[in-house]
Amino acid sequence: MAAEGNPLPHDTQLRPPAVAAHTPVANAGVKIHCQGVSAFYGDKQALHDISIDIPDRAVTAFIGPSGCGKSTFLRCINRMNDTIPGARVTGRIEIDGEDVNARSVDPVVLRSRVGMVFQKPNPFPKSIFENVAYGPRIHGLANGKAELEAIVEASLKKAGLWDEVSDRLHQSGSSLSGGQQQRLVIARAIAVQPRVILMDEPCSALDPIATARIEELIDELRRQYCIVIVTHSMAQAARVSQRTAFFHLGQLVEQGSTEDIFTNPREKRTQDYITGRFG
Amino acid sequence: MSFTLAFALLLAFSVGVWWLGRRRASALAGGERLHSLPGYYGTWVALWTGIPAALILLLFLTAGPRLGEALIAADPPAAVASLPSETAQAFWNDAQSLARGEPTTAIQWTPEQRAALEQKAEQARQYNGFSAFAALALAGVLALGGFLLAWPRISPTLRARNQVEGWINIALMACSAIAVLTTIGIVASLLYEAMRFFASVPPLDFLFGLQWQPQIAMREDQVAAKGAFGAVPLFAGTFLVMIVAMCVAAPVGLFCAIYLSEYAGRTTRGVIKPLLEILAGVPTVVYGFFAALTVGPLFRGFFNWIGSWLAEGPLDPLGQYLMAVQNEMALTAGVVMGIMLIPYISSLSDDIINAVPQSLRDGSYAMGATKSETVKRVILPAALPGVMGAMLLAISRAVGETMIVTMAAGSQARITANPLDSVTTVTRQMVELLTGDQEFDSPRTLAAFGLGLTLFGVTLVLNIIALRIVQKYRQAYD
Ligand SMILES: Nc1ncnc2c1ncn2[C@@H]1O[C@H](COP(=O)(O)OP(=O)(O)OP(=O)(O)O)[C@@H](O)[C@H]1O
Ligand SMILES: [Mg+2]
Repeated sequence: MAAEGNPLPHDTQLRPPAVAAHTPVANAGVKIHCQGVSAFYGDKQALHDISIDIPDRAVTAFIGPSGCGKSTFLRCINRMNDTIPGARVTGRIEIDGEDVNARSVDPVVLRSRVGMVFQKPNPFPKSIFENVAYGPRIHGLANGKAELEAIVEASLKKAGLWDEVSDRLHQSGSSLSGGQQQRLVIARAIAVQPRVILMDEPCSALDPIATARIEELIDELRRQYCIVIVTHSMAQAARVSQRTAFFHLGQLVEQGSTEDIFTNPREKRTQDYITGRFG
Repeated sequence: MSFTLAFALLLAFSVGVWWLGRRRASALAGGERLHSLPGYYGTWVALWTGIPAALILLLFLTAGPRLGEALIAADPPAAVASLPSETAQAFWNDAQSLARGEPTTAIQWTPEQRAALEQKAEQARQYNGFSAFAALALAGVLALGGFLLAWPRISPTLRARNQVEGWINIALMACSAIAVLTTIGIVASLLYEAMRFFASVPPLDFLFGLQWQPQIAMREDQVAAKGAFGAVPLFAGTFLVMIVAMCVAAPVGLFCAIYLSEYAGRTTRGVIKPLLEILAGVPTVVYGFFAALTVGPLFRGFFNWIGSWLAEGPLDPLGQYLMAVQNEMALTAGVVMGIMLIPYISSLSDDIINAVPQSLRDGSYAMGATKSETVKRVILPAALPGVMGAMLLAISRAVGETMIVTMAAGSQARITANPLDSVTTVTRQMVELLTGDQEFDSPRTLAAFGLGLTLFGVTLVLNIIALRIVQKYRQAYD
């Protein structure tokens, strides 16, 4: 892929993340390259000139106080801001070297390559099976019923939900618990084999046990996908991510390996935030 | 002194009392902390002053004249006792008119009756004078008494605010009671008249009979065959028109709602929504004109033209039939009724579609679905129960709609599934049965109430089911 051979902009940025307890990251090429991204809602600027490189097969955490633009930036990556009236994005975002805002890129196709998981679990009012089959169906990924069933099963297994729902695939998706619903929408997202998974506070509506399950899952998925997660929990960022970026008032204040950011932040604002002095 | 003046005086007095009460409470506020704002004390005294007196005045206005009539008619003079009941009624009316100084009926009373009339009029005059005086005096006493009783009780500890709240509660309850009681009254009168109808026509014959020929007695002495009162052809006609209407309104209304809520930009929406509301505000009689004068001839012309093409060809019978199609047909009424229902369905469905959580749309778009895929696979399934409810509400309106079918559907009672036939509907027949000179004891007239009751039952059941569905759906996403 084109981006893999890119010279790294800053030598510190893409050191292989030092995650002591976890298996080392196999391949940490740049997956998403962002240069000078600004976002506006009407006249109001929500993001100022963000530049960041997000590595493949690793978890990158976005942290920062409420309203600092984390979700906005996440939505820039899969062009979900297009669906908000009055929203406008400038700057360059490349996935695998391909400009997502280029004219030739169809946002519908882009979004099938960049999965997204939201804060509140949002299963469709359909059966568990139909929820997971949604993406493959609309993108025509399966030839025939057997293939579709195989995709659904594989996705549910990857999301760690198969054992809990294999005997009730045709019950409504909303009959599941909150944590199960969140894993269901993760399964729904990976059923279309995205290259990137964006997660916007995926655990904020969940209890600690369900959260632990999701975190385990994220750590599992990291082997195959580029994952970006927005979180308000410092502990969670420290647990699941290899790289961390700190946003404040629409600006990217600091980014680096999670270990560095948490043990040795360069900026005072970062330090204040992670030690809980504001936010 | 007229009652209008009395009410005005009472109002003025109450306003004055309100002002006094407020001032007194403000003065008291210097010493202790008041329980309520001074204005509440003013309102509290004014309510005690004004409400009982106003109620008495209202009572006399409504019940007073009737009581007077009953009292005066209690001992009829000998000259009246022998009169037939209708003439006697005229006599009593004349007595009242005379007492009020209004013109009397044209009846020439005999001198004897005339004298009795004068005497009764004098009695009525006396009663009227006395009752008006009594009412005004009582109202005055109540107003003053209420004021004098309430005034000393103004104190910082008086919970004026809560008590005023209590009065407001009563006033609001009274208003909703009026709505409920009226409904009960309507149902009761409908039931009463329908019972009289069912006394002469067995309900089963009515509900399941296939013949609708309400007998028309042209002359008193005519011994017409007993009419046939089978309502099935009427309900069949209603059903046919309703089906045609829904074929037009359901898809157009629903797609309109989808366009407005999912596709239209803010400006487009700002233009189309008010336009639809205007469409919803057009009186049905105007739709009736439109159907009878524009759509009917248009359809007839169209079908006649096709008929003239087909006639004398291999499809000659069909051609002949089409050439004979008239203005009045189920299709005309149904299509125009469908147009009438479009804004109704679209605004209800628009609300329901908007109630589908944004998170579902986001979820679908984030999966790479297009707008129409999202609408078809996520939004419509989620909104389906609510949309069904909206459709049922529209059907119940279509069934009860009168003006359009009266003007455009026709008057032949027949059971047919062909929209090009002229059919008649329940509502249209009710209009026909009740217009013109009617005897309110012949089955022909009373049949209207039987139809009304059945129609009421049908729409009631439809509405209950529809509202249930809509409500359930609302709760699911709250
Ligand atoms: N749809 C919108 N229209 C207008 N302004 C918006 C919209 N969405 C977000 N904003 C504004 O953009 C800024 C960034 O919002 P964003 O949702 O990205 O913050 P966030 O970092 O995700 O916050 P949180 O942690 O609370 O989710 C905020 O000031 C917000 O008010
Ligand atoms: Mg957010």
